[in-house]
Amino acid sequence: MAKILVADDSASMRQMVEFTLKEAGHQVVVAEDGQAALNLARGMTADLVITDVNMPNMDGITLIRELRALPAFKFTPILTLTTESTTEKKMEGKDAGATGWIVKPFNPEKLLMTVNKVLG
Amino acid sequence: MAIDIGQFVQTFFEESLEGLDIMEAGLLALPPGAVDMEQINTIFRAVHSIKGGSGTFGFQDLTAFAHVMETLLDRMRQGQMDVTSEAVNTLLESVDCLREMLVAARAGAAVDNDRVEHLRERLHLLLNQVNVAVSEHTASPSPVSPTTTPPTGWRINFQPHSDLMHNGNDPVRLFRELSTLGELTVRCDPRQLPHLAKLKPEDCYLSWELELQGTVSHEELVEVFAWVEDDCDLRIEALAKEPTASNPVVARTPGEEGQQGELLLERRKSEDRRQSDRRGPAPADTASIRVGIDKVDAVINLVGELVTTQSMLSVLGVDFDMSRLDKLHEALDQLDRNTRDLQEHVMRIRMMPVSSVFSRFPRMVHDISGKLGKQVELRINGEQTELDKTVIEKIGDPLVHLVRNSLDHGLEPPAERLEQGKPETGAIMLNAYHKSGSIFIEVGDDGRGLNRDALLRKGLDAGLLKPGEDYSDEQIHDLIFHPGLSTAAQISDVSGRGVGMDVVRRNIQDLGGSIQIGSQRGQGTQITICLPLTLAILDGQLVSIGQDCYIIPLLSIVESVQLRAGSVNRVAGRGEVLRFRGQHLPILRLYQMFGAEGAVTDLEKGLLVVVEADGRQVGLFVDDLQGQQQVSIKSMEKNFRRVPGVSGATILGDGRVGLILDISGLIRVNNAVT
Amino acid sequence: MMETKNTELATTLGTRSLKRDILAEGLQYLTFNLAGEEYGIDILKVQEIRGWMPVTKVPNAPVFVRGVMNLRGAIVPVIDLRLRFGLEAVEYTKITVVIVVTVQSDSGSRIIGMVVDGVSDVLNVNATDIKPSPDFGTAVHTEFISGLVTIEAGMVMLLDVDRLLSIDEMFALEAVRTTESRGVAMLAA
Repeated sequence: MAKILVADDSASMRQMVEFTLKEAGHQVVVAEDGQAALNLARGMTADLVITDVNMPNMDGITLIRELRALPAFKFTPILTLTTESTTEKKMEGKDAGATGWIVKPFNPEKLLMTVNKVLG
Repeated sequence: MAIDIGQFVQTFFEESLEGLDIMEAGLLALPPGAVDMEQINTIFRAVHSIKGGSGTFGFQDLTAFAHVMETLLDRMRQGQMDVTSEAVNTLLESVDCLREMLVAARAGAAVDNDRVEHLRERLHLLLNQVNVAVSEHTASPSPVSPTTTPPTGWRINFQPHSDLMHNGNDPVRLFRELSTLGELTVRCDPRQLPHLAKLKPEDCYLSWELELQGTVSHEELVEVFAWVEDDCDLRIEALAKEPTASNPVVARTPGEEGQQGELLLERRKSEDRRQSDRRGPAPADTASIRVGIDKVDAVINLVGELVTTQSMLSVLGVDFDMSRLDKLHEALDQLDRNTRDLQEHVMRIRMMPVSSVFSRFPRMVHDISGKLGKQVELRINGEQTELDKTVIEKIGDPLVHLVRNSLDHGLEPPAERLEQGKPETGAIMLNAYHKSGSIFIEVGDDGRGLNRDALLRKGLDAGLLKPGEDYSDEQIHDLIFHPGLSTAAQISDVSGRGVGMDVVRRNIQDLGGSIQIGSQRGQGTQITICLPLTLAILDGQLVSIGQDCYIIPLLSIVESVQLRAGSVNRVAGRGEVLRFRGQHLPILRLYQMFGAEGAVTDLEKGLLVVVEADGRQVGLFVDDLQGQQQVSIKSMEKNFRRVPGVSGATILGDGRVGLILDISGLIRVNNAVT
Repeated sequence: MMETKNTELATTLGTRSLKRDILAEGLQYLTFNLAGEEYGIDILKVQEIRGWMPVTKVPNAPVFVRGVMNLRGAIVPVIDLRLRFGLEAVEYTKITVVIVVTVQSDSGSRIIGMVVDGVSDVLNVNATDIKPSPDFGTAVHTEFISGLVTIEAGMVMLLDVDRLLSIDEMFALEAVRTTESRGVAMLAA
C-alpha cells in the first residue's frame, strides 16, 4: 500500500482516480488544484504524486516545481495527467521535474498499470 | 480488477456543464482585441477538462469537438491568434453546441450532426485563416522503415545523465519493467564513479549495458524509456541473426511517435469494446443537488444534538414523577429548539445561489443588445443569495421576460439616450438580497420608464379606471399586469413594456411571491419580486372564522386592529372602507366570502387583520386571532383542486387540516369586485 | 358490531390481491349501503375504510364536498355520496364510514374519501353475472352505474367511481346548478 497525493480540478477525474487507487488498496489524498495540493504536501509525505497539468490557482507545472523544492518531495515520483501526446507538452512537465506522465484518456487499468510501474 | 467508470459519468456531466457556463461567462467578458491571459486561460482550462473527461468516459464525439475548440483557444493563449469578435461568437456558438452534445449524451439521445460538422468547419476555418505557418502536429507517416521481422532480442546501452534521479526516476524501476518483457541481463559500468569524497549521493554515476531476450517490439522498449529519454543517452540495437538488420536507433523520432500513437489507439479500441459491453445504456437522468459539505456537517451536528435530547427524554420517562416536571419542560424546550434548527438546516440543503439563474443573462444581454443595436451594461449584484431549488427552477422564465422587456422596450437606442443627456450605454441592474425572511430580486433599467399618461388613457378606454377619479402612480403602473392591457399591440408603443406581464405575475404568485413595479418617466423602471425563503414552510397566524380555522402568512400581516363604532364607511362601488392611517382600507368580510357559519358578523365584535400583497393593503375581518405557528405547506390540488382564496393547506397541531389564505388572490378578488 | 365487520374487511382487503389471483376472472366488489340501496365498487379501488371524523370545510365548494381531511399528511377531499346523488342528508352516526378510494383522472390519480351509510360485505362476482344497467328506476344517474348484480337479498348496483368522483365533473355540474352562491361568484371573478 502506498500513499498517493492526487491533484485534479475535474471532480469526475478526481473521483475516478481516487476510487481506482483506493480499490487497489492505496491511501489517497486529493486536492482540487495545485495550491491545495501544495498546502497538503507541506504537511505530509507521499510515495507518489499524480497531478493534472491545467488547473486553476496553481497549474501542475508550477506545483511540480514547488514540490521539488520541498525536501520531502525531492525524489518522490510525480506523474502528470496530460491530454497532450506531443513531445513538447510532455517535456514541459519533465523540465519542471516530473517523473513521467499518463496520457488522457486513460482507464482505471492503465492508471494502475502505470502507478504500479512507478511504485514497483 | 474491474472498475466501473460509469459511476463517475454523472459527475462528469455536471462539472462539464458548469465548465461550459464558465466558458460562456469568460467569453462574454473577453473584450475583442484585448489579451486577457488569465481569462483565456480559464476558458482554455474548462474546455481542456471537458476534452479530457469525455475521452476517459468514452464520448469520442465530444472529445473531437472539444479538441478543435481547445486548439483555437490554445492559439489565442499563445498569442498566435487574435481575439476577434468573430472568433468569440463562433466559440460561443460552439459552447452551445457542446452543451447540446453533452445533454444529448446524458440522455442517450442523438445530436444534430450537421450543426456539429458545420461549426467544426467554421472553427477549422478560423484556425487556418491565421495559421498557415504553424503546422498541425499530426505526425506525417513515418519514413523510418518498420522492422519487418521481429528480432529475437535487444541490446540496450543506457547511460543516465547525472541528474536522472532528480525527477524521481530510478534506473532499477526501468530494469524491473524491462524484466517483465523478457529475459534481462544487466551489466553495470561503474567507471564514472568518483572518489567517495567527491560523490554526490543524489547524482547518478553508473551506466548499464542491458540485453533483453524475447520477441519485444521496438515501441515497447521506447515506451519503457519514454520518461527518461531526455535524461540519458540511449542506444537500442536489435539482436539479429543477420548482421545487416542491426539498426541503431536514437531515442525517438517523430515517425515512431506516430506508430506509438497508433498502437495506443488500437489497444484502446479493444479496451473500449470490453467496456462498452459493461457500460450498457446511459444512466437515467436523476435530479440531484450538489450540496456543500458544511451544510451536511451542520445537519449531522444537529442530529447529534437531537439524539442527545431524545435520550434525555427517554431517561426522564422511565420513572417520571411530578418533582421532575422542570426537567421535562427543559428537555421539551430543547427538543423544540433542536427541531427548529434541524428543520432550518435541512431546508438550507435545498437552497442554491441565484447565480445559477443570473448566469444566463450576460449571454442573453450580449446577444439581444447586439441585435437591437443598443449598448448595454449589465450590473449583477447579490448572485450568492440563496433560494429554494424549486424557486430557482421556476424563477428563470419570469426573469428572462423582465430582462427582455428592459432590453426591448425600456432602454432607448444610443442616439436617443444622448439626446436626453444620458450616457450612451444603458444599464440593466439585476439584484438579489435577503430581507426580513423573504428574498427580493430586482430587475431595473435606466431607460425611458413607463408613460403614466398613456397608461391612464388606456386604462380609461378599457374601462378599468373611472374618469374623474384620482389614481396613484402605483395604481396606474399596476395596469401593465392586467391581462387585458399588457399585450404588445396595445401597450408597447405607449409604455415601453411588452407582453405577458400578467403571466409573469401569475408565475410569481404561484411561487407564493409578489411583484411590484416602480417607474419614473425618463429615468427608468424597477421591478421588485418578493419570494418566500422556502416553498415548504411558512410562519402562520391562525385565525378563527366561525367554526373554521384559517392561516394567514405572518409575512403579509401589517397589523391587527379592533374596530370602533362608526369608523367604517360604505363607499359606493367600493364596498366598506376603513379610514386607516390616512388611506381608505377596503374591508373583506371573510365569513361572507367563504360562507362560514356561526361567525361574528358585527364589525366591532371581531378583529380586522390588515394584510399587504403586491403593494396593496386590505383588512380581513375575522372572529379572533389564535396562535402563531410554523406550518408545512401541503397541496390542495393533488387530490382536490385549486380553491379560490386559498393557497394551500397544512396539518394543524391537533391533526386537523387548516387552510392557508392566498392574500394576493383575495386582494385581486377585492379589486375585481370593487 | 360494525367494528368486527371492519376488521374482517381489513383482513379481506389485505389479501385481496391473492384472492384476485385465485378467482382468476372473478371480480371482487366492496358493497355498501346508501339510503336503503346496496352499491358495489371495485375492491381494487379501495384504499381503506375509516370511521367518520370531522373534516375541515372548504369554502365555496359544492354542498356534497364535506371538506378535506388529513390522511397521514395528505390533504384528501371527502364527498358525501348521499348528497352527490341528490338524496336527503342524514346525521352522521357511529356506523357512518368513509371509504377512501383511488380515482383515475386525466391529471393522474387522486385519493378521495366518500361518506356512505355503512359498509356491508365483500362480494365475489363472476364477470358473466354482471348485467347491464337499466335506463330507469334507480335514484342514481345511470351514467355512474357500470352494471348490476343480483344477490339473494336483492340487487347490487356497481358504481364507476372514476366517473362518479371526478372532481372536474363534480365542479362543472355544480357551476350549472348553483348560480346564487355569492362567494363563488365573487371568488371566481
